Amino acid sequence: MNKKFVLGIYDDEDVLLSAIENIRAAGTKIYDVFSPYPVHGIDDVLGIKRSRLPIVAFFCGLFGTSFALWMQIWMLGFDWPMIIGGKPHIALPSFIPVTFELTVLCAAFGMVITFFIVSKLKPSLRVNVFDKRSTDDKFVMAIEIKEGVTDLSALNNLLRSNGAIEVNEKEVIK
Amino acid sequence: MQHVSPIREPLVTGGKTYHDITNDVCRQVEAKPNARWAAALAVSLVGLAIFIYSCYRTLWYGIGEWGLNKTVGWAWDITNFVWWVGIGHAGTLISAILLLFRQKWRTSINRAAEAMTIFAVICAAMFPVLHMGRPWLAYWVLPLPNTFGSLWVNFNSPLLWDVFAISTYFSVSLVFWYIGLIPDFATIRDRATGPIARRAYSVLSFGWTGSAKAWSRYETVSLILAGLATPLVLSVHTIVSFDFATSVIPGWHTTIFPPYFVAGAIFSGFAMVLTLMIITRKTFHLEHYITLEHVESMNKVIILTGSIVGIAYTTEFFIAWYSGVEYEQYAFINRAFGPYWWAYWSMMTCNVITPQLFWFRKIRRSLTATFIISIFVNIGMWFERFVIIVTSLHRDYLPSSWAMFSPTMIDIGVYVGTIGLFFTLFFLFAKFFPVVNMAEVKAILKSSSGVKHHPHKTMHGTEKELNTNPHHSNE
Repeated sequence: MNKKFVLGIYDDEDVLLSAIENIRAAGTKIYDVFSPYPVHGIDDVLGIKRSRLPIVAFFCGLFGTSFALWMQIWMLGFDWPMIIGGKPHIALPSFIPVTFELTVLCAAFGMVITFFIVSKLKPSLRVNVFDKRSTDDKFVMAIEIKEGVTDLSALNNLLRSNGAIEVNEKEVIK
Repeated sequence: MQHVSPIREPLVTGGKTYHDITNDVCRQVEAKPNARWAAALAVSLVGLAIFIYSCYRTLWYGIGEWGLNKTVGWAWDITNFVWWVGIGHAGTLISAILLLFRQKWRTSINRAAEAMTIFAVICAAMFPVLHMGRPWLAYWVLPLPNTFGSLWVNFNSPLLWDVFAISTYFSVSLVFWYIGLIPDFATIRDRATGPIARRAYSVLSFGWTGSAKAWSRYETVSLILAGLATPLVLSVHTIVSFDFATSVIPGWHTTIFPPYFVAGAIFSGFAMVLTLMIITRKTFHLEHYITLEHVESMNKVIILTGSIVGIAYTTEFFIAWYSGVEYEQYAFINRAFGPYWWAYWSMMTCNVITPQLFWFRKIRRSLTATFIISIFVNIGMWFERFVIIVTSLHRDYLPSSWAMFSPTMIDIGVYVGTIGLFFTLFFLFAKFFPVVNMAEVKAILKSSSGVKHHPHKTMHGTEKELNTNPHHSNE
């Protein structure tokens, strides 16, 4: 299904932030905002919830810790016990470095892989962006057009009165 | 919007706009390779050829090609290993620790510094792998189910901890670096004109569009990765120092090693960042992004870590005397006044004396002086590892087994070769990747460029404070 969008182009982050607030207050639903860099404060005005990725990182890290301890205790303590330097078979202090490294490794990779999956980031040959300038110097606000519901000229006025330097229409072929 | 103190100097000079940043950084990625770059790459490829030849000799004829003997069983290989790993640490310090401390000056140098980390760790890893003699069996260091010998690896050994530390450090640094590259690859993709460049950068950019939700997650991921990389980088050099500190060799068996090695690593790493950045900013005309302010900040880190290293050298000497252990005392007297006195005093001169020149603001802000001192520090830190390793080993408990170490041409070839490998990778990176993190520099532009912005409406009301920066009049 093809979707149509109205794109409001902005060139300043502060104008963008107040525009988002005013447009949402006017009852218009914003589909998404694209920016060349992370704009601070945009999460609050757009109503984006705090990411739960730190929780993912914590549990992946916890898995790394438990796996590393289990691996070392099982290998040197139970599977093939050997006396090394007169130390006990399960010499916990010398297991700490490997445990720490595996904790960090699992936490980092678990979180990053989750980030790629939830953000739908994967290598692809063709990428559709609404407006190519949004990775350079412009902030692009996309509002979905619902046939027969959206009043285009009112929307145009709303965007322009809130500082948009350009208002374009874009059809996205799914 | 963040508050910026009016006495701060701007981090981006020259009145740049967002679009200027994109143009300035993408220029060398999009342009045809220039002659200077090609010449520099050719020189590093010669170094790489020396590396390949030396590796061939080492692997075909064995470790006997190196100058090691029964007394000095570890010499240039481990010296170079520690030197390279240490150099890598500055990249993580800049990208992770300075991110946690919200130091904005990191934004324009973190990309190149992290690339340096990754390439330095690759160079470092060559030495233990080559010293194995049979690198095709390198996977034996991993705890894999197997049917030979003592079934599992020895988790009590610092050398095994090193395997885990270095491989974790490498992979986490690589991921951290790549996450930062994704938005910039998207920028290059959206500007690309040729079909090959567009497809290549599309694949590299992972389909990044810069939506608000993705940026929000991106920031979370960066912050958590920084939080993970910070203890990681400290652990890596701590574990490297355990290779020595857990042994019972006089001169190695000291508890001061972990902090002393970490400080030394950051010290040498910043020196290498300065060496590289002074060349890069000149070659790619990035003077407005890597300013004297950046150089000065890095030089301050060099004074701090250089002084810590100086205190560590003195403490070691004091403790050797205070311990009352004859062997320990001899090891240190031998270091300073024995047959390797020249190495010890080169180390002292380069690491303790030269960085103190940075107390003078003029020297701190002079590119020529900084470049020369950074080379001195690189040399000094190489000597530090050589002194620790070779002087502690060459005269051990039994005078009958005392020996001297001298490197062979192959030893030198492997070392010079890794420098070639490092610069080959760095020059390829500098040509095909954005050397400055565009997204992060754009994010600080409004607060740190020292240029008045005229938004149609100001939301948070901090604009007035920003414009009180006295340096505006110079712009």
